[in-house]
Amino acid sequence: MAPLLTMSGITKSFPGVRALDGVDLEVEPGEVHCLLGQNGAGKSTLIKVLSGAHQPDEGEITWQGSTVRLTDPVAAMRLGIATIYQELDLVEHLSVTENVYLGHEIATRGFVRPREARNRTAKLLARLGHAEIDPGALVGSLPAAGQQIVSMARALSHEVRLIVMDEPSAALDPDEVDNLFRIVEDLTSEGVAVVYISHRLEEIRRIGDRVSVLKDGRVAASGLPASTTDTRKVVSLMTGRDIEYVFPERRPQPAADADPVPAAASPTPLLRAEGLTREGEFAPFDLELHAGEIVGLAGLVGSGRSEILETLYGARRPTAGSIFINGEPLRLGSVPAAVRAGIGLAPEERKAQALLMLESVTRNVSVSSLSRFSTGGWLDRSTERSAALAGTRDLSLSPDDPDRPVRTLSGGNQQKVVLARWLLRKCRVLLLDEPTRGVDVGARAELYAVIRRLADEGVAVLMVSSEVPEVLGLADRVLVIREGRIVHTAPAPELDEHRVLDLVMEGNPTC
Amino acid sequence: MLSTTTSPGKGSPPPPAKSRAKVAVGRLDLGHVSLVAVLAILTLVGGLTKPSEFLSTDNLQLILTQASVIGVVTVGVTFVIIGGGIDLSVGAIVALCSVWATTVATQEYGLLGILGCAVLVGVGCGLINGMLIAYGPMVPFIATLAMLASARGLAEQMSDGKTQIVTVNSVLDLGLPDAYVLGVPPLVMIFAAVSIIGWLVLNRTTFGRRTVAIGGNPEASRLAGIAVKRQRLMLYLLSGLCCGIAAFMLIVLTGSGQNSNGNLYELDAIAAAIIGGTLLSGGRGTITGSVLGVLVFTTITNLFALNNLESAVQQIAKGAIIVAAVLIQKGRKTP
Repeated sequence: MAPLLTMSGITKSFPGVRALDGVDLEVEPGEVHCLLGQNGAGKSTLIKVLSGAHQPDEGEITWQGSTVRLTDPVAAMRLGIATIYQELDLVEHLSVTENVYLGHEIATRGFVRPREARNRTAKLLARLGHAEIDPGALVGSLPAAGQQIVSMARALSHEVRLIVMDEPSAALDPDEVDNLFRIVEDLTSEGVAVVYISHRLEEIRRIGDRVSVLKDGRVAASGLPASTTDTRKVVSLMTGRDIEYVFPERRPQPAADADPVPAAASPTPLLRAEGLTREGEFAPFDLELHAGEIVGLAGLVGSGRSEILETLYGARRPTAGSIFINGEPLRLGSVPAAVRAGIGLAPEERKAQALLMLESVTRNVSVSSLSRFSTGGWLDRSTERSAALAGTRDLSLSPDDPDRPVRTLSGGNQQKVVLARWLLRKCRVLLLDEPTRGVDVGARAELYAVIRRLADEGVAVLMVSSEVPEVLGLADRVLVIREGRIVHTAPAPELDEHRVLDLVMEGNPTC
Repeated sequence: MLSTTTSPGKGSPPPPAKSRAKVAVGRLDLGHVSLVAVLAILTLVGGLTKPSEFLSTDNLQLILTQASVIGVVTVGVTFVIIGGGIDLSVGAIVALCSVWATTVATQEYGLLGILGCAVLVGVGCGLINGMLIAYGPMVPFIATLAMLASARGLAEQMSDGKTQIVTVNSVLDLGLPDAYVLGVPPLVMIFAAVSIIGWLVLNRTTFGRRTVAIGGNPEASRLAGIAVKRQRLMLYLLSGLCCGIAAFMLIVLTGSGQNSNGNLYELDAIAAAIIGGTLLSGGRGTITGSVLGVLVFTTITNLFALNNLESAVQQIAKGAIIVAAVLIQKGRKTP
């Protein structure tokens, strides 16, 4: 079969970085071609070249047999190349229909034809298996999964031959991922090719036909069969290591075995929540977090898990219940009070909720501890800088440059900056919301080791993650939450992935 | 205990000294340099067209004095904008302060009474702005637009639309050449002091750091434990305080208080901050840039007046400079 798309010798440099160094990629009609690589391997740059957002310095793109130049996104769109970016690029205040036809409105002599556009949108949504989405609804009112469907409908509103999907499953729940895969299968059966980017290796084995691996701007392997290539091999191509997830060892718990009455021996919990509730978000629950313990909160997006973390942190005010830190009651609904009591939060959306993107690493690390480096409001900048530097070195932040703008760091290193912020604050309770989202496989192992080390040093960690293996591998104790209720609590070694998934989705502990 | 993973390149020592030097060079940014260049060109033009008048001590003192009043207001506005807000009410607050501080009743308390009244009224207006914006919560544009209307209205009602002449000699003396120290008018010294204190507060204190943080990313600042609302309130208090000081300076300068004072100061102050490199969306800006911006605008005004050009031409020139400055800053950001 003649390839649909051939990219050869694509090179793209940015000041100081050679993002792509002679990359070749070949995509055939009707295939799902998976693109793997760590953050910074060049995936994003490659798809930006493919979508016309970046111009390559060298190299040639052949589309259906003829050489083309993709001078801008419109040129790519005209050829039938659509891209669905990781950060959805929708206008929240416009309706579904308006978003789908944004930029190519259906119009006669400049007058839009809303009914026609609406009908066509409804058809596209039905084709995507989501006829229930109202074409007139505001996009901002839809959940993340719905917005992704709108994004896909927008891609399909063009005569599309190739769809690039950048981490489409990152914000989706398992059943939504199933629907996504069904859509991908429908598309490929019609001859549309899909370039699929994901960090989740198991997905690639399920959906992919062929796999290409990028490493440091070069192709490490191309056209490997997706279903039969060994995970180990793929991971080693990406990282040069033979590991997928490396979890640090749990601390042996001799106290539990040796002491017949562990309850009496265990000191006051660092954090205790009693009957904590937020109406409409989560039902009353009790929780104890002890020093040195990692507790995992497993649940779907929207199950109330992030809301629980934010309520413990004071960013939301509970409708009932109380929180005690070291036995002392905590003022509810106040972030400064929680921070003073020694609680730290690494929120889900790092860029939007945690980082000052314009600022340096130092300033991002020190922002929660400014009073420690000041007398009467006057900052001692050299102490601040050296303390922040010590913190980031301790977590082996790379590159090791405290003045670097935090926006230039990779996802894993940005997360380390957030952790360093709370280490500097000497926080005792650390709340982590999806700590490894957008972090590549190699950097994950490092983050896991850091989190475990913090626990060993006496921090109590409460961690939320959609990735069950992560919760099971890292946590000592696992709480399973479903529709705002904690349905099960057990030590992690007593659970396995199937059991947790069943609990998460069905709430049924027997199986 | 830990299965440590080592990765290549992590052990290499950083070059902190070098990158610090780079940051220092980066601070001397193109925007500031080009503003200084514009000032130099304006001086050159002044020196060539009106050599005896433009470069005279009197005229330079006049330029600096005129820059001082709007300059103090601009320092406050710069803080507000860096913190992610906007203050449209500064001109009206200056008017209200100048009227309130020159009522017959206030003048009985002498210099300190006038100064204290101007500052208190300014801070009071700032408090109302800040409370509405931080705890209302209202959009800064709307809250300060409302303040703009009501403060100016109150000023007119209070003064009955008349100019209130100041009879306190100790106040009037501050504006006379006898009060100049080494040729520097006291008002210019106030401006210099406010600018230096502003620079220190922005760059060397937790207050400044928090201002930049809440302007750059309010949600992240809140989740980092910063009391965002309180910080917002403080910024409008600061802006009000600057207005009070500026009103006092205006009283000294004109020997009177009137409800038309400070007309369009909000636009001049915002424009000066913008050409000085302050991002209107917040999170970035400098006091140095704002001071340079004020000096550029005042020098243009002076130059045009000396050459008997109409103020219309002057307004066009100002507009062109705003556009040029913003374009230069844009070019700098995307390398």
